[in-house]
This record gives sequence, structure tokens and C-alpha cells, in this order.
Amino acid sequence: MDTNWIAIGNIADIPLRGARCVKTPQGKIAVFRTAENEAFAVEDHCPHKGGPLSQGIVHARAVTCPLHNWVISLETGKALGADEGAVKTIPLRNEDGALFIALESLMMAAE
Amino acid sequence: MTEKLVIIGNGMAPGRMLEHLLEKAPGRYQVTIFNAEPRVNYDRIMLSPVLSGEKEYEEIIIHGDGWYIKHGITLYKGHRIVAIDRNAKTVTSDHGVTESYDKLVIATGSVPFILPVPGKDMRGVITYRDLDDVQAMLLAAQSREKAVVIGGGLLGLEAAAGLAGRGMDVTVLHVMPTLMDRQLDPAAGYLLQKELEGRGIKIVCKANTKAIVGDGRVEGIELDDGRIIPATLVVMAVGIRPSVGLAVQAGLAVNRGIVVDHGMRTSDGSILALGECAEVSGQVYGLVAPLYEMARVAASHLAGETTAAFVHSDTPTKLKVTGIELFSLGDFADGDDREEIVLRDASAGVYKRVVLKGNRIIGTVLYGETADGAWFNDLKKKETDISQMRETLIFGQAYQGGAPLDPMAAVAALPDDAEICGCNGVCKGKIVSTITGKGLTSLDEVRAHTKASASCGSCTGLVEQLMTLTLGENYNPAAVQPMCGCTDLSHDDVRRLIKAKKLKTIPAVMQELQWKTSCGCAKCRPALNYYLVCDWPDEYADDYQSRYINERVHANIQKDGTYSVVPRMWGGVTNAHELRAIADVVDKFEIPLVKVTGGQRIDLLGIEKEDLPAVWEDLGKAGFVSGQAYAKGLRTVKTCVGSDWCRFGTQDSTGLGIRIEKFMWGSWTPAKLKLAVSGCPRNCAEATCKDIGVICVDSGFEIHFAGAAGLDIKGTEVLGLVRTEDEALEHIVALAQMYREQARYLERIYKWAKRVGLEEIRRQIMGDAVKRKAYYDRFVFSQKFAQVDPWSERVSGKDKHEFRPMATIGYGEAAE
Ligand code: SRM
Ligand SMILES: Cc1cc2nc3c(=O)[nH]c(=O)nc-3n(C[C@H](O)[C@H](O)[C@H](O)COP(=O)(O)OP(=O)(O)OC[C@H]3O[C@@H](n4cnc5c(N)ncnc54)[C@H](O)[C@@H]3O)c2cc1C
Ligand code: SF4
Ligand code: FES
Repeated sequence: MDTNWIAIGNIADIPLRGARCVKTPQGKIAVFRTAENEAFAVEDHCPHKGGPLSQGIVHARAVTCPLHNWVISLETGKALGADEGAVKTIPLRNEDGALFIALESLMMAAE
Repeated sequence: MTEKLVIIGNGMAPGRMLEHLLEKAPGRYQVTIFNAEPRVNYDRIMLSPVLSGEKEYEEIIIHGDGWYIKHGITLYKGHRIVAIDRNAKTVTSDHGVTESYDKLVIATGSVPFILPVPGKDMRGVITYRDLDDVQAMLLAAQSREKAVVIGGGLLGLEAAAGLAGRGMDVTVLHVMPTLMDRQLDPAAGYLLQKELEGRGIKIVCKANTKAIVGDGRVEGIELDDGRIIPATLVVMAVGIRPSVGLAVQAGLAVNRGIVVDHGMRTSDGSILALGECAEVSGQVYGLVAPLYEMARVAASHLAGETTAAFVHSDTPTKLKVTGIELFSLGDFADGDDREEIVLRDASAGVYKRVVLKGNRIIGTVLYGETADGAWFNDLKKKETDISQMRETLIFGQAYQGGAPLDPMAAVAALPDDAEICGCNGVCKGKIVSTITGKGLTSLDEVRAHTKASASCGSCTGLVEQLMTLTLGENYNPAAVQPMCGCTDLSHDDVRRLIKAKKLKTIPAVMQELQWKTSCGCAKCRPALNYYLVCDWPDEYADDYQSRYINERVHANIQKDGTYSVVPRMWGGVTNAHELRAIADVVDKFEIPLVKVTGGQRIDLLGIEKEDLPAVWEDLGKAGFVSGQAYAKGLRTVKTCVGSDWCRFGTQDSTGLGIRIEKFMWGSWTPAKLKLAVSGCPRNCAEATCKDIGVICVDSGFEIHFAGAAGLDIKGTEVLGLVRTEDEALEHIVALAQMYREQARYLERIYKWAKRVGLEEIRRQIMGDAVKRKAYYDRFVFSQKFAQVDPWSERVSGKDKHEFRPMATIGYGEAAE
């Protein structure tokens, strides 16, 4: 199966140490931009109680969920520290700032 | 398949049991707890320090709400179980919740004993058992009037010391000839009495209470001999009774307590009991150490290890009154078969007595100097034959063989199995090996990993000595609490250095103060952002990415990811035009809930983030600005109707409240700031539990501050009386600015005030006109930059990206 990369915009559209959402039929995806200008995409759904991770505070390669302060790694999707759980990460390609996410994984997220 | 475990009571014993159980058999049970008290599990032992003001309630919580969530445990707070149906295997609460169980644990603790005297049900008579009692005492103490404590035991004396410390005139009535007669011999009881009397507490021994007198409300106590002792508060601390009513109803075997075997099993195989309500081998207990032993045993049985058995041991008693050193252990009654060794040092106020039977220690009382308590306890437990050291025994461990040891050496000389923490039964070896094994460096870590010093705290000194011994210079007990894991500096240091080094951006702070992480964390970034906004109002560019979501988007996030919107309603006053505009917005955006808040205004809940700017646009057209219900900043100024309408009003409280709100809105503060203005001392605007409150009186305006009515309940303190509205405004604003400049992020006024001292605040704001004016001017200056309505800014396009998705995809493609 070919991976179907879909353009979602430019990294400059996202504030430094911030996030934006991408709406899909299967739910929202949070796209993050770190202080080091890296981009990551994960499902916008905290493993704890579904908090919108895109609304959290971004620090290093992690985000703190706005609802109850779980800290989620943007690289692995796993909760850091004493909490346990993981959010689905979405493959993301960054070509000189143009961002693409992979559709297959999107379809999987729908399961 | 998971079994259902139901627990009745959420006190210290079952809390500990669950910790063991989650470790031994994680996932085996689906746990449901019913607790008559409307709160989580907290350290009941530490209520006395909360009463005396040495601790906050938050500091004594054992399991916070997050713990229950994390472990999937359902906790019904404020649910009292009223029936157990053993056939159906269900329990039912007073709110009508019924839950079935495979295994049931009864841990209902004790109830305070109430003397059956006339007047016992009068208002003003309370017991001392839970946080509600402490809160009732704290409220009563504000009157600074007279209190009587009935009972000169551990609880009674801790209550008396706490109330006296809070400014009440306290008398203790004790029925026996000397205080704490169950734990102390008469000599030590006498020394204790002298010490307490020296602190201004009156003590009447051999006092038999005949009646509580008063007219619906307590006015005093009548003794057997006809004496009347006036009091507005009576605390009954005359003993406890195991709480067994429920077990009796359910037909379980009950004696003094619920009868259990050494495995904590009741007469019904599916039901266990533990804690103060349980009776093992004819004994009931009232100190936590044996209860924790019960917890260990019960957890083992629930995990299927049926060999675990409860073993009795004596627990030392200590009185948790700061400055009084007292230790008592075991049996010290006189007897023919007993010998005793006594040491008295009247000038130093020291008394020590060791009771021996056949050259073995069976009891110890130490007063004034208790450092050797652990050592005597160890000798007693091991039944050491002391004939070799008889001559020097009473002088303590330091004198056994060779030169006297300093306290550190004495701790070093303790054997590995010497018990350090009596409450949790933790020995020296366990503490030392955990410190080294896990690389612990702070007292909090040692508490978390070993539980030592985590209950009553009286062994904290010993634990710290062990840490110094193990870690050497790496342990600095006076070390400050760092802001977060990203730095070693405290909030106060950071605030000071920001000013001293003129640091004006977050990256500058992190660079200059050597942050350990690249860009901080969700704890330090919002704090730094606030400090910079406060210190450099004209120069600092607010960093929205370092604000919590609510402050970033100027609305309150809800559990489902929607937002709520609360417009300002100045002083709680509105009109038909405003209400109509709100109604139109509600219809237009199909807003699911409209609610009147506790802050005298209207909350619109359940709005999608994308709709926020449009909602604000419509509200803005009607003249509304953001109510900042999300801000660590000025929230509401509640008012009452005041002299314009009310027949009791002395001043225009509504007008003053609106004036203050219009003056102060938009300001950022360390934590949220809530005000209220009441038109007379009837105080309908509840000004005396606010961060800052005003009570209008005929002669002017009484300014109050440092109240709380959230997680803590605390009446305000009086700042002072001023004559005019203008003066009231100046004082309030100056106080707010002083707080803005000094408090740590998230520290409400009452906590800050406690730290810097009420007198100091009064001195600067009431007593020093120049300082006051300077604070006032700095506040006014910063308002120039802060008083911009964030909603209208967003409506005109600021932060557009926040409210729109970056892309909307998949709807077309997914179909292909
Ligand atoms: C809406 C409201 C309840 C209501 O329907 O009446 C409310 C709602 C919330 N309160 Fe409150 N509080 C509301 C009045 C109060 C009051 C009463 C008052 O202000 O007179 C108190 C006690 C007074 C006090 O603050 O001391 C109160 C004490 C708290 C606390 C405990 C604060 C503390 O320091 O002890 C929190 C938790 C916190 O801030 O960390 C809290 C937190 C919250 C939060 C923000 C919880 C959260 O973090 O999401 C709630 C937001 C819900 C929302 O989105 O609207 N709320 N909250 C009230 C809004 C008032 C307003 O018009 O702005
Ligand atoms: C002020 C004070 C100071 C103390 N100091 C010390 C000390 O220094 N050292 C020491 O070792 N011990 C001390 N103690 C004693 C110690 O706190 C208790 O021994 C211990 O808390 C008892 O634990 P427990 O779990 O058995 O009961 P508790 O902690 O009393 O818990 C019982 C819980 O069950 C709830 N409950 C009761 N009936 C029902 C029902 N039908 N349905 C639902 N819930 C119910 C109650 O509301 C309560 O919350 C002190 C106690 C007090 C009050
Ligand atoms: S509105 Fe306040 S009291 Fe009610 S649930 Fe939320 S935080 Fe708790
Ligand atoms: S939903 Fe994210 S921490 Fe609770």
C-alpha cells in the first residue's frame, strides 16, 4: 500500500512552541511546532481522559495536557513520568517547512 | 475476572491497605470506596498542625483525586453506608447508591465519645475528629473568646494548644488528677501542666462536668462543685468509641470493636474489618502504627496470601505540640515485681523514668528530652538484658561505654533494625538502604519511598540526621524548594534575580539563571511569564505560548474541549438590554447551558472554540468585555445592594464595588483575585471570605484581606478602617500591588500574607503613606498596558490561528 501524503500547510502557520489542529473525518489531529522548529503530529486526544492536547503547553519535545497536566512525548506519543498511556502518533513529513501527514495512518486511527 | 472490592470508610487504615494491595495484586479488584466524609484520604494525625497553622490541608492529603483516577478506584465522597445486606452482598448509602461486593472491608474508624450531660447538643459544642471539626474551631477562634476543652488527653491538649495559638482564651478540664494519665506518670503529667500553664492555658484537674449551660448556644460549663466556667466554644475530647453500628446491624460478631481474627476476617468470610473499628484478641487500637500493621495483613489476605497474621506491639505516644518534648511507651504502673530508674533535672525541665521487670525495660516516660526514645524502644522490643548498663541506662545511649556521643553519633550507633518511624514501623536500615539504593536527596523523596516521617512527623529530626549521615554534604536540610525540575532556584530567588539582573524575556531568564531544560516546562513557563508581565509592564511582550490554554484563548476549557464564556457584569449589576443581548447570543449560537455563577454574573457554557470570536463579537456590540473568569488576575467584585436600597446599608457598596472593578479589571495577579463589598456588617456580599473585602460601616470602610473560601475556608483579617471611598480604593489597590510584586505564582493572598506576616502588610499599607502611594502608582502604571479587552482584540483578528484549524482534510480524499 502506498503512503498517501497529504499537504496540511506550512510550519510557519504554527506558533513556535505551539500547535494547530487538522480536522479529519476521524477526529482532530494536533500538529506541534517545538522551540527547535521541529514538527510532530499526534491524535488530539489525551490518553488520560481525552483532553485536547493541541491546547496544551509545548516544552522540549513534549506537551502538557490542558485538562490534568499529563505530559505526553510528541515523539513516541507515550505519557512521561509516572503516568501510563499513549496517544497515536501520525507520520509527518517536513519538506523545507511544507508539512504532510500520511493518510493510511489516518484511516487506521478510525478503527 | 476482576472481583469487586467495596470499602466502607476512607480513613488512614484502608488507604494504607489499598497501597499494599495495588502493589501485591494490581488489577485483581475493581475497588469502590464509600466515605461519609466528603473528601479524599488525608492524614488525620496532622489535623493538629492544621489547627495550629503549621500545615495546610493540602499538605496533609495522602491520596489526591488524581490517585483514585489513576488506579481506577471509584470514591463516593460524602456517602455514608446505612445498610449491609449480607445475603445479597450489597451495601447501600444514604444517597441511595447500592453497590454489590465479592469482598467487603469495613473501616469505619471511631466516633468521638460525647459526655451524656445536659446541654451536650447545644450550638458551640464540637468534637475533634475530622477536618470539619478543625474548620469549626478555626471559625470559632476568630472571635478570640473563651474556649473550654473537656479532656486532658492527647487530643484535648493538642486542640487546646492549637486554639490558644489562634488567640483564644483556653481552659482544659480533666477529670483525673494529672494530665495524659493514660500515657504519663504523675510526675511527667505535672511538668506538662506547668509548661502548658506557662503558655497561658488554664488547666483544671479533677474537674467533673455537670452540665453545659447556655440558651441554645454555649455560654459556659458547670462543674460538679458548682463552679461555672464561661465559654463560647466547647471541645469534647474525652475519648473515642469504635464505630460498630453498621456491623451490629449486619449481624456480625461485635464486642467493643468488630471482632476479627489475626487475618482481619470478621465472622462473615466475605467481610474484613480493620482500623480503629476492629478488635483483635480483645484489643482495640487508637494509634496508626498497629492500624498500618492491620492494613498490611488485610492486603495480604485480599491478595490471596492467607498466612499473614497481625502481631501486637506497643506504640510510643508523642504529643504534637511544638516545643513540648514528650515520649511515652509501654507499661509504667507501679508494682511489686517492678523496679524503676528515674532522672530529674529540674533546671532543664527534664524528667526520665524507665520501668524494669527482670532486668528488661517494659515502660519508658521521657519528658523534656526525648532523643533516646528510639533507643529505649529498641531495647524494650528486643527485651535486651540491661544489667550490664544499669548504672548509666537512664542517661541514654550516649553514655553507654566510652565518651558521650553527640546526637549524630548516637544515631549512627543505632542498630539497623532500630525503629525510627513508629507510625509506619520503618527501621533505620530500610531508610539508609533506600536513600543509597534509590539515590534520594530530599526529605520528600524519603517520605515518598519509605513512608518514614510521612504520618505524624515527630521523627523528622531523626530521619534528617540519617540523611545527613548517609549523604554527608550532599544533604542540606535548609535547601529551598526549587520552582520546578528545570532549575534549583526558588520562586523567590527567581523573582529577585529577574529584577536585579533586569531580565526581560523568558529566554533571558533561562539563559542567565542556567535553566536545566531547553525551554522550561508547564510549571515554570507560566510563572516566569507572570513575573515578567508584573515587573516590566511596559516592556515585556506577553508570551502566549507560556500561558495556560484558558488565558491563551480568554475562555475556560471544559471537559469535552468546548469553552465557557463569562462576560463582566460590573459589581453583579445588569439590565434588560444586556440580558436581551445575552439571550440573542444564546439563541444564535445554540449555547447549551446558561448559568448564574457564584461570582454574580452569567456563564455561557459549551461553546465550540471556532465560534468564540463570533460570540464575542455579538457580546461586544452590546458593550460586554471579558469577565476574565479564566485569569490569574482580577475576577469578580461582588456587591450587595447597599445604602441606595437596603434599610441597613451604611454606604453605597454597589457603587464602590463597580468602581473598584472598573479600576482593577485586566490586571494579572499571582493567583486569582476576588473582591467583595458589603454595605454593612451583615455582610450579604460575603466580603469576609474574599482575597480582599470591604465592610461598610457608618464611620467609613473596613478593609479586609486574606480570606479564602475554596480549597481552604478562612475568614479575612482586618487591614484597617478608612474614612472615604477614595482612601478605600487607594488602600485596596496598593495592597493588590504589594501582593502582585511579592507573591509566588499560584499563591493566593491568604498564603502570601501568612508567609510575610499580617503586621508587615499592615505596616506598609496602613502605616506608611509613601510606600502605599508608590504601590498605588505602580499599579496604575501597569494598568495602562493591561486594560485592553482581550475579546475585542481577538474579534479584530489577533491570534486568528488559535481559532481556526490549520487544515481540513480527508472529507474528499477519504472517499476515494
Ligand atoms: C463558574 C463558577 C461556578 C459557578 O457556576 O458558579 C466556577 C467555575 C470554576 N472554578 Fe471556581 N467557579 C466559580 C466561583 C468560585 C467561587 C465563589 C466566588 O468566587 O465567590 C470560589 C470560592 C472562592 C475562592 O476562590 O476562594 C471558587 C473556587 C475555585 C477554586 C478553589 C480556589 C482556591 O484557591 O481555593 C478553583 C480551583 C483553582 O482555581 O485552582 C476553582 C476553579 C474553577 C474552574 C476554573 C475549574 C477549572 O479549572 O476548569 C471552573 C471553571 C468552570 C467554567 O469553565 O466556567 N474555583 N470558584 C464560578 C465562576 C465565578 C465567576 O463569575 O467568575
Ligand atoms: C486530632 C487527632 C490527632 C491524632 N494524632 C495521632 C498521633 O499523633 N499518632 C497516632 O498514631 N494516631 C493519632 N490519631 C489517631 C489516628 O488518626 C487514627 O487512629 C486513625 O486515623 C484511624 O484510622 P481508621 O482508618 O481506622 O479510621 P478513620 O481515619 O477515622 O476513618 C474512618 C472513616 O470512615 C468514615 N465512615 C464512618 N462510618 C462510615 C459509613 N457508615 N459509611 C461510609 N464512611 C464511614 C468516616 O467518615 C471516616 O472518614 C489522631 C487522631 C486525631 C483525630
Ligand atoms: S465548577 Fe468549581 S466546584 Fe464545580 S466542579 Fe468545577 S471546579 Fe468543582
Ligand atoms: S485528559 Fe489529559 S491529562 Fe487528563
